[in-house]
Amino acid sequence: MLEYVYQATGLLLIAFSVQTFVDTSNSKRIGTGLFWLIYGLSFIFGTVLPDWFIGLMVLALTLIAAGGFMGVGHYRHSDPAFRKSSADKLKNKMFIPALIVPIGTIMWSKFTGTSALIGLGVSAALALAVALMITKGKAQQSLHEGRRLIDAIGWAAILSQFLAALGYLFGEAGVGNTVSQIVKEIVPDSNLFAYVLCYTCGMALFTIIMGNAFAAFAVITTGVAIPLLMIEQSGDPIIIGVIGMLSGYCGTLMTPMAANFNIVPAALLELKNKNQIIYMQFFPALIMLAVNTFLIYFLAF
Amino acid sequence: MIDLWPLIGIAIITIGFALRLNTLLVILVAGVVTGLVAHLDIVEILSILGASFTKNRYMSLFILILPMIGLLEHYGLKERAESLISSMKKSSVSKVTLSYLLLRKITNAIGLSLGGHPTMVRPLIAPMAEAAAVTDAPNLSHKHRLRVRAFTAMSENFANFFSQLLFIGSGGLLLIKGVLNESGYSMELDDMYFWALPTTFASIFIFFIFAKLQQRHINNAHAEAEKEQC
Repeated sequence: MLEYVYQATGLLLIAFSVQTFVDTSNSKRIGTGLFWLIYGLSFIFGTVLPDWFIGLMVLALTLIAAGGFMGVGHYRHSDPAFRKSSADKLKNKMFIPALIVPIGTIMWSKFTGTSALIGLGVSAALALAVALMITKGKAQQSLHEGRRLIDAIGWAAILSQFLAALGYLFGEAGVGNTVSQIVKEIVPDSNLFAYVLCYTCGMALFTIIMGNAFAAFAVITTGVAIPLLMIEQSGDPIIIGVIGMLSGYCGTLMTPMAANFNIVPAALLELKNKNQIIYMQFFPALIMLAVNTFLIYFLAF
Repeated sequence: MIDLWPLIGIAIITIGFALRLNTLLVILVAGVVTGLVAHLDIVEILSILGASFTKNRYMSLFILILPMIGLLEHYGLKERAESLISSMKKSSVSKVTLSYLLLRKITNAIGLSLGGHPTMVRPLIAPMAEAAAVTDAPNLSHKHRLRVRAFTAMSENFANFFSQLLFIGSGGLLLIKGVLNESGYSMELDDMYFWALPTTFASIFIFFIFAKLQQRHINNAHAEAEKEQC
């Protein structure tokens, strides 16, 4: 059943790629179109094709992205005056389709007992149908709008899947073992609080270096949290994982590497000091990091 | 003696990011080199990459929601949010930023990314907060005005980051699930989002305190300016 949801996602991506190929306003339409086409095919044929072949497709995606062959096009997006009058007409009805996704997903897994992921796919389809009904929009326009959003995300759309593969390779190479040995050298007598502190601060520190909590999560969780907190101290993996990610976000608030959130806004707001937002966020983010550390310590064990 | 070779991937990532090379390329190189250190050959590494990519397709299911969100935006979703925000009382910096923080968190929890620095803070929240500050303290110095602006940017970041994981289909939750699945821990999304709540509440409380401090700062600045005039 879940495989159907993946095939639907693949078909959607292929529809994006077809629209991209004929979008003459996008000077990089070949690269962009190929990217979504290959990505879509990997969704549909993931379980059919041999793994090494999918590996080659991933390699191709990386080269298209790293070569700078992706760009944005034209999406027949509405003009501000139309959006204003439409918003005044539809009012809060607009939020109904958006509410269907989380409510539908939770209801699906409660009532059918199957994976919430299937519920997510079904709710997304239902929400789109309701959105089309409420706005009386065209299905083709919803594809254009979907493509507008995915082009804005660009290659970052596949980042999560990429990082999961990295985490697995790290596991094979024994990164977790090495890091946990180092942590044990520093922390005497398997002190639980010191382990938790190593994990939350490690998440924040790595996010500060990389500017991206997702990348830090794959590295630090396989290195510190899984061997020391989950296996050795048998902590709850869900609580540690979720609050660990939130500790990474504390790092995001402290780093110029997360330019979109800290540096670009300073320019937008015409601040004199481009680091002013970081200075302002530093202390509150540090408090949040302490809060997360205590939350893991008290809730997960 | 600890074998440090497995850490080469971490070194590559750190250097690659510092040099601002393409993220995917850096991660790919780090993964391949780490695999080679673990004595895997290239075909095995490609297979692992492909298998892991296929197994974790669910991480990218947020793509299915994009046509719906995009269509709503076509019909004025952001404009509706704007009029909701500007209809509230423009009374003070702390009230403007706190209301925005709460609205942003609630919409984030249902998977709607309605805010953002270019779309909401720059055109709407920052001018509203600055106007409120100037109403409270007419002689507010330029330096203080810049502080108020920076504070609105902080309200956006505080709202956004400490609420993303409340949404059941968020990329963050899907990544957590994926990384832990690779290590043999299985979990369902509807058991996960709940644990983002304590941090969310803490972030609201802490932001509330800093908003009050900011407000007091403005009031003090105003009082001082008054005194100088006398």
